[in-house]
Amino acid sequence: MDSTGQGGTGRPAGETSPGPGGSGRRRGAVKQVRSVVRTRPWAAALFLLPALLLLGALVVYPIGYSLWRSLFDSSGSGFVGLDNYREMFTHPGTRQALQNNLVWVVVAPAVCTGLGLIFAVLTERIRWATAFKLLVFMPMAISMLAAGIIFRLVYEADPDRGVANAMLTTAHSAFTSGAPWPDARPRPDGALETSGDGSVLLPGPAAAGSPALLPLVGVKPQELADAADAAAPPPGDGRLTGTVWLDFAQGGGGEPGVIDPGEKGLAGITVQAVRDGEVVASATTAEDGTFGLPAEAAGAELRLPADNFAAAYNGVDWLGPTLVTPAIIGSYVWMWAGFAMVLIAAGLAGVDRELLEAARVDGANEWQVFRRVTVPLLAPVLAVVLVTLMINVLKVFDLVLVIAPGSVQPDANVLALQLYTVSFGTRTNQGLGSAIAVFLLLLVVPVMIFNIRRLRRERAR
Amino acid sequence: MTVHTSTDRLPEPRPAGSTGPAGSAVRGPVERARRSTASKLASLAGGGAVRVVLILLGLVWLLPTLGLLASSFRDRRDIAADGWWTALTDPGQWTTENYSALLANDSFTGSAWTTVAITVPSTVLVVVVGAMAGYAFAWLDFPGRDWWFLLVVGLLVVPVQVALIPVAKLFNWLGIFETTLGVVLFHSAFGLPFAVFLLRNFFAEIPRELLEAARLDGAGELRLFTRVVLPLGAPAVFALAIFQFMWVWNDLLVALIFADSANPPMTVALQQEMRQFGANIDVLAPGAFLSILVPLAIFFAFQRQFVSGVMAGAVK
Repeated sequence: MDSTGQGGTGRPAGETSPGPGGSGRRRGAVKQVRSVVRTRPWAAALFLLPALLLLGALVVYPIGYSLWRSLFDSSGSGFVGLDNYREMFTHPGTRQALQNNLVWVVVAPAVCTGLGLIFAVLTERIRWATAFKLLVFMPMAISMLAAGIIFRLVYEADPDRGVANAMLTTAHSAFTSGAPWPDARPRPDGALETSGDGSVLLPGPAAAGSPALLPLVGVKPQELADAADAAAPPPGDGRLTGTVWLDFAQGGGGEPGVIDPGEKGLAGITVQAVRDGEVVASATTAEDGTFGLPAEAAGAELRLPADNFAAAYNGVDWLGPTLVTPAIIGSYVWMWAGFAMVLIAAGLAGVDRELLEAARVDGANEWQVFRRVTVPLLAPVLAVVLVTLMINVLKVFDLVLVIAPGSVQPDANVLALQLYTVSFGTRTNQGLGSAIAVFLLLLVVPVMIFNIRRLRRERAR
Repeated sequence: MTVHTSTDRLPEPRPAGSTGPAGSAVRGPVERARRSTASKLASLAGGGAVRVVLILLGLVWLLPTLGLLASSFRDRRDIAADGWWTALTDPGQWTTENYSALLANDSFTGSAWTTVAITVPSTVLVVVVGAMAGYAFAWLDFPGRDWWFLLVVGLLVVPVQVALIPVAKLFNWLGIFETTLGVVLFHSAFGLPFAVFLLRNFFAEIPRELLEAARLDGAGELRLFTRVVLPLGAPAVFALAIFQFMWVWNDLLVALIFADSANPPMTVALQQEMRQFGANIDVLAPGAFLSILVPLAIFFAFQRQFVSGVMAGAVK
């Protein structure tokens, strides 16, 4: 809004701003009382009337009514003093909402501002920065409801459907060797034992020269379609050898505990030799299920540690009771980081380049320039962004209502949602609802006073 | 985007090596050359890393919306079976079935009309009433003008939550609870403090001489308003209109309480489908996408105005 085409015409000396608007929000207060000659007061009244009517009836009067109503019980006739406010801080549902709101106010604005700062600084020297900024700012244009639906899809628990868990499980399997055989277990009547921690034990000392047989069951045959047939372990010259295999012959006929033809070896299983509770040697089974341990392991017990059989990693239960609030905050950050970025980028554009250059000439590296020069210069902008987001976060409602599934909604509750539920649900208590409303209003009163004082100060100048 | 146009106009920051006359004067030529090569390499590597990071971040930001778009073009059974990304490599899954079903559904198209019927009058009302009051505060004489304006500024940050219960009662009494008119009036009232504030400040910057000249030609207050102030204030009026339009279009809370539950706007209609998220995904995904089409189109068409409106009005 900086192009009215009439900038400069007849402007008082000393005021060289290019045109109205833009940063005019702060600058806009006039320096002298100005009005067009001989305006008639009744004309002013006519121009003001519609606005004052609407504001009076739907904004000012409701403030008074809410204050008054918050002192009465749910029926609206019994005076209860400050009991509704007391209930707000003691009633478990409302307390949970208060706590969550506190988390929201502390975390969400800080994360948005931090990301906005990083984005603004990173994009400063990039030619296609506008494309990136558009992309990050775009969520500001869509409704919180649509954002909620979008993030319900993102947070689907099943990693085959929800993109958040799909990324987590992919990353997880890239950095850890996943458990190869989560379903494998010892044959119930066999020699192997399952110990309390989930590992599988072959009791008794293993002797070199007599191969150890470790039969397992439970793996679905189709998982082993490409596996090699199990092989009897070579006797090995002094080494401790053995085979881990699926003791199940397809089509039946196999003998338990014996490697029958067609039975498949279990590859990639860790085998440990344990003596007096300490691991003295370990090996991994080959394609055909065989393994070999050095001779000094003779006499130890053989163990298949539990991580061979750990259940597959399925990601995180984003919308469960513990993570639901952080998850919803994540969707809020997706929406509002762009807002912080654009405001901070505007502030950054106003930073005097020479100060940064001077610091670089003095030998400061980029991080020092950022930390010691850029951030302090941006402090006023960062404060404005932070406070604006805090006010906004106080009233967060749609995202929680839409993203939190019904069963965890009490865990994700926030004040604005609690106000809606207690005031317009089935068992309503508009006294408590009004108290919450007044509380929300009280929290923004400092900002209200700040706005008014700033305006008066600018007018006084 | 208005706010960073000034960034774009700035000269490209020079590479770290060539610090210009001030820097080179204090350093010997050899040292300068060494530093120059080293820091050029460093800034090249750093610049490359920054680009990669930004591209990844951009993808992360795009992914959720892409997921909604892709899901909206898939069959419900496909959505239940596996992730939307499988459709990227399997075009056979794509179908417009969800959209044609939704557009043939009278209750959805009805809710789209309700959204329009709420949004357009709310925008017009806020712009007209706000401009009139902004003009009065900027240019007309009346007792206590500054105090009235301070009151309006004080109302800027009043949360809508304060008014939900009292206005519901008031509308009930007036017989306009759960009507489009009620929603329009509520949105207009809560849009006004920002509208008056923004427009007063913008109108006040109009050169006094222009108004005086029109006055001497015999123009009355109304004529000054429509012939001088409104045309010159058009950029601010337009930014305000876009901001208010998006605000009302995207609202859920006010509509949830005050709109006609038999024929609610899109946000409320979709919210009601959320109770069975999995079963209704074939309605929710395309519905959500259709509901954000208009705001997205406005966003991309009028970025400057939208951004400046949001920047000024985010406190709301």
